[in-house]
Amino acid sequence: MNAIDGNNAAQFLALHDRRGSSSALSEAGAAALRHGGLPRRDVEAWKYTDLRPLTALAVSVAEAPSEAVLATANGLLQGLQLDMHGLAGVARLVFVNGHAAPSLSLLPDAALLSVQDAPAEGSLAPGAMAALNATLGQGGAALRVPGGVDAGRLLLLTLGVGEGDGAVTAHPHHRILLEPGSRLSLLEIAAGHGLYVNNPVLEVELRNGAHLTHVRLQDEAVEALHLSTVRAEVAEGGSYDSFSLALGARLARHEVHATMSGRGAEVQVNGAQLLDGQQHADLTSVIVHKAPACNSRQTVKNVLSGRSRAVFQGKIVVERIAQKTDGYQMNQALLLSNEAEIDTKPELEIYADDVKCSHGATAGALDDDQLFYLRSRGVPVVEARAILVRAFLADALGLIDDEVTRGVLERAVDASWDRRSSDE
Amino acid sequence: MSTVLTINALHAKIDDAGTDKPILKGVDLVVPPGEVHAIMGPNGSGKSTLSYVLSGRADYEVTGGTVAFGEQDLLAMEPEERAAAGLFLAFQAPIELPGVNNANFLRTAVNAVRRARGEPELDAVAFLKLARAECKRLGIPDAMLKRAVNVGFSGGEKKRNEVLQMSLLRPRFAILDETDSGLDIDALRIVAEGVNALRAPDFSALIITHHQRLLDYIVPDHVHVMSAGRIIRSGGPELARQLEAEGYANLIAEAA
Ligand SMILES: Nc1ncnc2c1ncn2[C@@H]1O[C@H](COP(=O)(O)OP(=O)(O)OP(=O)(O)O)[C@@H](O)[C@H]1O
Ligand SMILES: [Mg+2]
Repeated sequence: MNAIDGNNAAQFLALHDRRGSSSALSEAGAAALRHGGLPRRDVEAWKYTDLRPLTALAVSVAEAPSEAVLATANGLLQGLQLDMHGLAGVARLVFVNGHAAPSLSLLPDAALLSVQDAPAEGSLAPGAMAALNATLGQGGAALRVPGGVDAGRLLLLTLGVGEGDGAVTAHPHHRILLEPGSRLSLLEIAAGHGLYVNNPVLEVELRNGAHLTHVRLQDEAVEALHLSTVRAEVAEGGSYDSFSLALGARLARHEVHATMSGRGAEVQVNGAQLLDGQQHADLTSVIVHKAPACNSRQTVKNVLSGRSRAVFQGKIVVERIAQKTDGYQMNQALLLSNEAEIDTKPELEIYADDVKCSHGATAGALDDDQLFYLRSRGVPVVEARAILVRAFLADALGLIDDEVTRGVLERAVDASWDRRSSDE
Repeated sequence: MSTVLTINALHAKIDDAGTDKPILKGVDLVVPPGEVHAIMGPNGSGKSTLSYVLSGRADYEVTGGTVAFGEQDLLAMEPEERAAAGLFLAFQAPIELPGVNNANFLRTAVNAVRRARGEPELDAVAFLKLARAECKRLGIPDAMLKRAVNVGFSGGEKKRNEVLQMSLLRPRFAILDETDSGLDIDALRIVAEGVNALRAPDFSALIITHHQRLLDYIVPDHVHVMSAGRIIRSGGPELARQLEAEGYANLIAEAA
């Protein structure tokens, strides 16, 4: 079928059609895009995030990386300084422009964690970005941790390398299955160079009593676009404990769709967005309580300088059966300039009656008294601001239990902050 | 190096809900090196305002007068520059910094000031050793170093933490704004000892207080009375005792 005139996804559909062979998932994605195109601001879920920076690009789907691209990717990998955090020897899966890069990866012990190539298949994850991912789906990694096993740490590194005209786009589709009673601590880092679009989807299935910690560091190149989706399903007594830190990209949106389908399951969707200049970052989550006595927690902090803009949309759905639900959601913004902006949309949809749900949002500037106190002790104003920003983020980052992982994020925050301060 | 503080006809105002409110209305004061001066005066007379203006808080606008700190024009300096030059203010109401570890805060401050003064910075180990020693001397439990700055500190603990900062920063000129209020009797003596330990030919202090008691421990060279934004009377230590006995009414009536 030809691209529809006036459809803002026409370019992507043309790329899809040109690829010929296609899976059912890919056809489902394409059908969704053909029907409505990519969402415009008049679509409720996209009220605050404008996709025109994406639709205005001349896009292509990234080829398997050349030697030159791999060399650039290797440079990016070194730049992450994994050794500094004692992570150089930890199992890692590296993807370059959406393609697996075995030469840069370190495979985990297969007894703890099996890794296979995952063709793009299964049902379409919710959201327009997942539809786009499916349309041009490249497949990805399928991870499985056997029952009762603690698989320890795994790094998932997605490196984008944009070169030449237009934007290469990557659409990896990864899957994680944790069998009953198993554990995994996943640290996902997205970084890159040049102009590119990273559009990953991660499907998470946690069986009874399985625990996944998923910490994301989004530190994409300044010109890049980052549009990611996570779909997580948590069975009885399991937990999906996530933290997403947005530092990079010109336009970013991270969507989380998490469902607690068994009693006593727990979901955390925490995060921080540290933005400057013209950056726009959006954290959108839909957390569904589908079983009794489940627990969802959300603390999101935003630090906004320049003319940056952050969006937080947090929907919590409590189905009728989900009695004894405990839900907490907090979104806070520190506005460091008059032109920075935060848009917050909390949504509670509660159909059960025995439920504890609280949510709150605050936005404000740095406290002048605190700033003066630090300066009166000789701390230069730039350093004083950095201290207060770090303090503001501290209780969010503090939600990451693992010290090593938290250290990676703290260092990334410091580096990003130093970069900004020296630009001033 | 001797640093004299010379305040000349200082006027300052604050923006109070859109209207100008003059607070300092011509303060004249000279504190020579090596001397300790006390300022007393009724609530709301402008004592804290003076201390904030001297340390560079932005809320106040200086509308007239000059302040020289040694050779330097104090009012032209940023707050951090004043600290580096050796000025220290112990706040009447110390500020809480949630999420900022007290030991890190103290080390950052000490090193910022050392850097500005061209001295080598202290590493974490050297600093902790120094901080522990000062804590011990001031009767402050080490545990206070591990907490967030002033968060959940009792009134007296906050004041002790101010004195700890002063001891670590080794200023040449300290302003203590009611550091004695809220302190128990033992703490009062410890704070006084903290100040007395710094007394030297090149150290001076301005002590704002409502109570004669502190001045029994830290005997001032001069006592000034501030009322309605001006110094209305200066004298020796006996002036403090006279005020304790008689109150401010007579003095204020005389000055009017
Ligand atoms: N931010 C402000 N807005 C309005 N008025 C203020 C502000 N800060 C100070 N003032 C006023 O300025 C005057 C002087 O206050 P200041 O705190 O300097 O007094 P003080 O002499 O230190 O009093 P105390 O002995 O009670 O500590 C008071 O009338 C006070 O209300
Ligand atoms: Mg006062």
